[in-house]
Amino acid sequence: METLKIIGAFITLAGSVFLLLGSIGLIRMPDVFTRIQVGTKASTLGTILSLFGIGLMFTEIAGKIFLLIIFILITNPVSSHMLARAAHYIGVKKADITVVDKLSEFREKQPENNAQKPEAE
Amino acid sequence: MNLIIVIVLCLLIVAMAVTAIMHKKLTISVLAAGVVSLLASVLYLLLAAPDVAMTEAAIGSGLSTIIFFYVLNKIRNVK
Amino acid sequence: MANTILQIAGGIMLLSLVLSLYRFFRAGSLVDRVISFDIMTIISISMIAMITYTSGRAIYIDVALIYGLLSFLGVVIVARYLEKSL
Repeated sequence: METLKIIGAFITLAGSVFLLLGSIGLIRMPDVFTRIQVGTKASTLGTILSLFGIGLMFTEIAGKIFLLIIFILITNPVSSHMLARAAHYIGVKKADITVVDKLSEFREKQPENNAQKPEAE
Repeated sequence: MNLIIVIVLCLLIVAMAVTAIMHKKLTISVLAAGVVSLLASVLYLLLAAPDVAMTEAAIGSGLSTIIFFYVLNKIRNVK
Repeated sequence: MANTILQIAGGIMLLSLVLSLYRFFRAGSLVDRVISFDIMTIISISMIAMITYTSGRAIYIDVALIYGLLSFLGVVIVARYLEKSL
């Protein structure tokens, strides 16, 4: 029982390190889209590892922890995808080192999609 | 450890509240008020009040932000 | 042993909360602030789970469940507001 608690504590520590890496990436990345990517990926993995470690240590709440993990795994990429689409739609400035942008090429082919393009806020 | 978390959370709440009052744009003020509710909920949980924390998370951080942005979308063209 | 490791993990989570709040103050646009808000919610869920273990009361995890539900709705509503299609 004691070894299970120590293993769970180490998994929680690994998850918090991933959360810290996500926050550092949020500061150091040059662009809105790269910030969305690094924030969502690192923080999703860190939260799932932390919750899994807590569920190993405290087995009474393992069912609710499992529900929370499933919920985060579904909703967090969906919300960041919607946010990135909105940011591309309002024309947020991209970084200078951006290589390819397929979505704007797609919108140029279909001019009814950008009929009323609002200004960036 | 709990004392350090409480002190840091209180400092962050004060900074976000000053941002919510002093900023020029309305949307940023609404987001800052949401962050104040979010951190205050963790603080209530540390002070052993889970029901208050639940209410603060549901109403302060979720519902009021949603209603504020809904109304801001409605009055977008009105000056 | 386990409690010491958990305290270190809690300190790292608090540091990452402060770092993501720094991006809230020095942001270029509204989208940056929404990303920061999202990541702060995620870190708060981890902190609430950790507080649940250290205090030993199983009812605290319900607050994390409510957080997971409502942060999703908040980010989605801001995205719809930016796209002018609410």
